[in-house]
Amino acid sequence: MSNTASKSGNKARTIDIVYAGLRKRKAAERRFQLYGKLAIGLGLLFLSLLFGSIVANGYTAFVQTYMQIEVYIDPDRIDPEGKREVKELSRADYGGLVKATLRDMFPEVQSRREKRQLYRLVSTGASYQIREQVLQNPDLIGQKISLWVPADDEIDMLMKGHIDRKSAEEDRRVKDNQIAWVDRLLSEGRIEKRFNTIFFTAGDSRDPELAGIWGAASGSFFTLIVTLLLSFPIGVAAAVYLEEFAPRNKFTDLIEVNINNLAAVPSIVFGLLGLAVFINFFGMPRSAPIVGGLVLTLMTLPTIIIASRAALKSVPPSIREAALGIGASPMQTVIYHVLPLAMPGMLTGTIIGMAQALGESAPLLMIGMVAFIVDIPQGAFDPSTVLPVQIYLWADSPERAFVERTSAAIMVLLGFLITMNALAVMLRKRFERRW
Amino acid sequence: MQLSILVIVLLALSSMAFYMGKKRAFQVAQGKIRNLHSLPAYYGLYTAIWCGIPALIIFGVWIAFEPALITHLVDLRAAADHYLDLVSTSHAALTIVVLSLAIGAGAFTLTRIRAQQRARNTVESILTAILIFCSSVAILTTLGIVLSVLFESIRFFQEIPISSFLFGLEWSPQTAIREDQVGSSGAFGAVPLFAGTMLISFIAMLVAVPIGLLSAIYLSEYSGPKFRAIAKPLLEILAGIPTVVYGFFAALIVAPAIRDAGGFIGLDVASESALAAGLVMGIMIIPFVSSLSDDVINAVPQSMRDGAYGLGATQAETIRKVIFPAALPGIVGGVLLAVSRAIGETMIVVMAAGLSANLTANPLEAVTTVTVQIVTLLTGDQEFDSAKTLAAFALGLMLFVTTLVLNVIALHVVRKYREQYE
Amino acid sequence: METIDESEVSEINDAGVTDPVKVGHTAMVDRDNRTTIGEILVDNPRMSCRDVNVYYGDNHAIHDVSLDIGRNEVIAMIGPSGCGKSTFLRCLNRMNDTIDICKVTGTITLDDEDINSKKIDVVPLRAQVSMVFQKPNPFPKSIYENVAFGPRIHGLANNKTELDEIVVTSLKKAGLWDEVKDRMDQPGTGLSGGQQQRLCIARTIAVGPEVILMDEPCSALDPIATAKIEDLIDELRQQYTICIVTHSMQQAARVSQRTAYFHLGDLIEVGDTNTIFTNPRHKLTEDYITGRFG
Repeated sequence: MSNTASKSGNKARTIDIVYAGLRKRKAAERRFQLYGKLAIGLGLLFLSLLFGSIVANGYTAFVQTYMQIEVYIDPDRIDPEGKREVKELSRADYGGLVKATLRDMFPEVQSRREKRQLYRLVSTGASYQIREQVLQNPDLIGQKISLWVPADDEIDMLMKGHIDRKSAEEDRRVKDNQIAWVDRLLSEGRIEKRFNTIFFTAGDSRDPELAGIWGAASGSFFTLIVTLLLSFPIGVAAAVYLEEFAPRNKFTDLIEVNINNLAAVPSIVFGLLGLAVFINFFGMPRSAPIVGGLVLTLMTLPTIIIASRAALKSVPPSIREAALGIGASPMQTVIYHVLPLAMPGMLTGTIIGMAQALGESAPLLMIGMVAFIVDIPQGAFDPSTVLPVQIYLWADSPERAFVERTSAAIMVLLGFLITMNALAVMLRKRFERRW
Repeated sequence: MQLSILVIVLLALSSMAFYMGKKRAFQVAQGKIRNLHSLPAYYGLYTAIWCGIPALIIFGVWIAFEPALITHLVDLRAAADHYLDLVSTSHAALTIVVLSLAIGAGAFTLTRIRAQQRARNTVESILTAILIFCSSVAILTTLGIVLSVLFESIRFFQEIPISSFLFGLEWSPQTAIREDQVGSSGAFGAVPLFAGTMLISFIAMLVAVPIGLLSAIYLSEYSGPKFRAIAKPLLEILAGIPTVVYGFFAALIVAPAIRDAGGFIGLDVASESALAAGLVMGIMIIPFVSSLSDDVINAVPQSMRDGAYGLGATQAETIRKVIFPAALPGIVGGVLLAVSRAIGETMIVVMAAGLSANLTANPLEAVTTVTVQIVTLLTGDQEFDSAKTLAAFALGLMLFVTTLVLNVIALHVVRKYREQYE
Repeated sequence: METIDESEVSEINDAGVTDPVKVGHTAMVDRDNRTTIGEILVDNPRMSCRDVNVYYGDNHAIHDVSLDIGRNEVIAMIGPSGCGKSTFLRCLNRMNDTIDICKVTGTITLDDEDINSKKIDVVPLRAQVSMVFQKPNPFPKSIYENVAFGPRIHGLANNKTELDEIVVTSLKKAGLWDEVKDRMDQPGTGLSGGQQQRLCIARTIAVGPEVILMDEPCSALDPIATAKIEDLIDELRQQYTICIVTHSMQQAARVSQRTAYFHLGDLIEVGDTNTIFTNPRHKLTEDYITGRFG
């Protein structure tokens, strides 16, 4: 049992053993490398699946099916008394006009069931469109106008190929005669897909073809403004104090421990805080960007403070010594010399914090920003929702058309996030300084 | 809005105070700055601060407590007119108080300006005080979280005994509207929620830890700089995607795919299976695990690698038998942080996990989690002091305590690990 | 790379002649006409290097070094900081592979095989030519596991008993056994610096190499620990070929049989240790060992 491989007599043994086991070890090496490659491949696969499925589901939402109808603005229906009063005009039955128009276009439709199917070809938005036109120009009354109105979401889905024409009639939401009418309109050139402006300009709606992200985007904007106005000054001030002035004592340690822990507290807990403190205790309005902004401020502060401290740390002590050496006070040194040099780093951190805040939704659910809000918010106190929450709301809706709108809203949100992150990267590159 | 005008007026007053203070300083110094203790601008700032800050503080406190106070004064919404009346009276009073305070304090300060006054020191100490206040916002936040969840939780535990909450096996918080309905009391046993949270987090870890760790190892030990420069940021994109997007992905693409796949091989998979939510949550956490592991792996000194290579170890042997054990404490810390994230993650589970509290370990069934229940209990119109809403705060307390403990341990482990190689 | 004051640098003009060359303090080393002074060849060498060049990116770190390493000898490599002695040492078991930008040309043969060839597998090579590093680098494992690491990965022991025996023998050879026998399961990082370095030597011995490379093994140690390591090197010479890079000329004089003097990437002079230290032929060598620079 002479296993002391290093004995001079046994010199050959070590190397022989090594060679004997080498193939197995090399195979293990290759296997291990393969695991690494597989892991990265899986990660990238998930990423591309995520993006791929969202784009594939959502790109069609940027166009919307429109239908051309010729509406006779019947004075008997709209303004039987002929007074042209705005109050009367805005209350009139424009839906009836649309229905009458459709009946005119398809005179062969007689039964009530078929008529109901026929009315479902166009969106309820068509009547609003007519009303707007009439209110703008009352002279239209009595005339026949040609209008492109949005088609109903189901027709839109049919046009985009999301509804299988070949499946059994009872399995699909668009019936055979509706398909026939659509085909006829199509052959007459009365149906076409156009850029979906509604999606970018409208607020939320129960009808997918009338729902847009502008309301949520405005809500996000106001919320982010509040967040930025609060978190940037407070974050920078806290970082400056902790990095430049704070003595090493228990209080400073406590602050640091708190910042590190807050950075890892689940976001929904911040929502509970917002609900209990801002809404229930201070009685602030529910669903308002101001409360959302406050909650997100508390959430993003750790990020901004940590990034700002890193930026301050990277300013070399020689700058401070130079200023202090000619008699500047510590406060003057920081304000005139250190802060400007650290500012790009702080801004980078702030942008990243803002991007986080823009994508955050869980705490906002707690403070009531999940309400169904049609109106576009005009300020930080109006009830509103935000983009991610709008996505959440739409994702819950059963209509097939909301799936594509959700995906499109996600694409818009990701677009904003990518822009912000790219901005942060650019800022960092542009002002990167090696001391 | 009246109030915003008031703020603007206040700001205007302050800037006026700044110029007047500066001018006054010149006058006091008879035009020679050298006679002054500080630069004239500091006298201006000094005046502006006294003019603006006390008034702003009053304004802020007033606004913060006004709604609560007035609601307290008015009996419910019985008198809407009375309410509005009170609001306008309050605003008028606020305007008078704030403006007179600003003007009075500003004027008084103005008359007190002396050449040898240490204006800069005063201004700077006020600034320092402001800085300290901003830093303590972190403490206030923690305090606010603790107090708000603790306070409501205590109220909850007065109604439901803490033991039946912590150890009860049945969760059905739907208290009936009328007292006489069946099951009106509701059941608040949180064990199924804890189990569901753990199940989903466990699945997430099963996905995230191997993928994250192996890709970190590959990127830091094997890949060339070019591949690393591309693959690393790509993987990090996963970290920047909002959780609601993952939720959508889980609910709309992954869950149906898993259900169909299960159906294909004859398994009965729930459409809101724990597997789907856990899988997608794992994907979300991959970059988190991988960047933390990357940090700790890079902290292992090169001399360890050299030592192993110098004896003829292959790269894989070096990684598995030297680097990995050396980095293990740091990796464990990182994984703990990742677990705490998984437990606290909300949107994915809200969108992709179920609502019914099943006590099961089968990943193909639907389970619910703590965060899902918090959201369902608190969204929509609720009476705030029903046991149902209070239960959400009790759950929030559990969530906060659990993640806090995990974070403290993890940060401690990671710090100890860093010190070892410094 | 450390630059040297011109006044202290000599010029090699007619290198290769066997007479002592003493030249004036005029210029840097003449790059075009460099030949090592002294006997680079030995009978029946263990390793032999021919025209080895090393580049770090654009930096030409070692120029045309040729040198034989004899069996069971201790060869010391000395020279000022940055002269390339460590870099050269790392060529001998391809440790430079771990540095991405490093490129090595020339031939280095071990058992008639060019180990610098891409075809050669570094794993068995490093099992034959193992290395001890400047800073003691025990793995963060127990003392036992540290020594057992090599035998385990190479599969040198068939069972626990054999492994125990290898570990004990290696620790004994490294002169560490008596100090650690009662605490084999404690972490190797808990030992003192000198003990750690001997643990690293034991770890290397356990692999059963034929050549041991030591890169300034005592530079991080105190004099007593250094003395112990030096004694150890002297004993190990019976079984192994040892190449040691050292910063200390006294150490080179004490432990080695041959000495090679490197300067700015050139192998200036090589020969019996006694000769080099008592009668250096090249001006640079003389300047270095008399302590005029370095």
